[in-house]
Amino acid sequence: MKAGINLERRNALKTGGWLGLLAVAGLIRPGAASADWLKAAFAAKTIGEALDAMGALIPENSSAIQITTPEIAENGAVVPVTVDSSLSRTEQISILVDKNPTMLVASFDIPEGTEGYLTTRIKMAQTATVIALVKVNGKFYRASKEVKVMKGGC
Amino acid sequence: MSAPTKIRATAKDGITEVRMLMQHDMENGRRKDEADNLIPAWYITEIKAHHNGKIVLEGRFGTAVSKNPYLVFRFRGGATGDKIALSWLDNQGDMRSDEVGIS
Repeated sequence: MKAGINLERRNALKTGGWLGLLAVAGLIRPGAASADWLKAAFAAKTIGEALDAMGALIPENSSAIQITTPEIAENGAVVPVTVDSSLSRTEQISILVDKNPTMLVASFDIPEGTEGYLTTRIKMAQTATVIALVKVNGKFYRASKEVKVMKGGC
Repeated sequence: MSAPTKIRATAKDGITEVRMLMQHDMENGRRKDEADNLIPAWYITEIKAHHNGKIVLEGRFGTAVSKNPYLVFRFRGGATGDKIALSWLDNQGDMRSDEVGIS
């Protein structure tokens, strides 16, 4: 039991802590360090893996993030999604689907001057939860919404 | 050869809204053709949008972005005639850049 907790803490320090430190020290730009962690995040087959790769350990739910999707998607190949974050200085918006073959759909860096607003169209394999993950000042927040998918399109 | 991205950018009340429709198959690498052969993964991995040369959006895609990716975003500023450019890069090394003026 004790070992388990320590391990968890260790992983947390390793991923979140290390990336956080580098970012604070200004050694890496969010975009520049992206190659490795994004590769892992896009390959992730569980939400836990994806969040871990992104350094978003336990994102907080936030009502300041609006996620708009149809309740029922006839065609899973084209599901419109809008994410609207009113959190000030939203720096990154990512879209994940918890039951797709790979979790992470897309991730956007939002520079100063660009709004925390995005609309796109995504593929969904089956009825699942769409998660909007928003990064503000190095911290992650999320909002999620279930979409019933009639015909999977992954 | 890739087809041009359709871009429309409109400025209103200090905010520019950019709508884009990229032309790309976005194959996920898991589908099979009629002869039961896997169709190789072929998808856009990176996009960048610039306003008069300054970056206003940077995105990274996996395979679950729909075919012919559609994207809408907004930034503060922008005036009629300013240039909006969108470039993308795919996993097979193909790239493309298109530009329009804000209307």
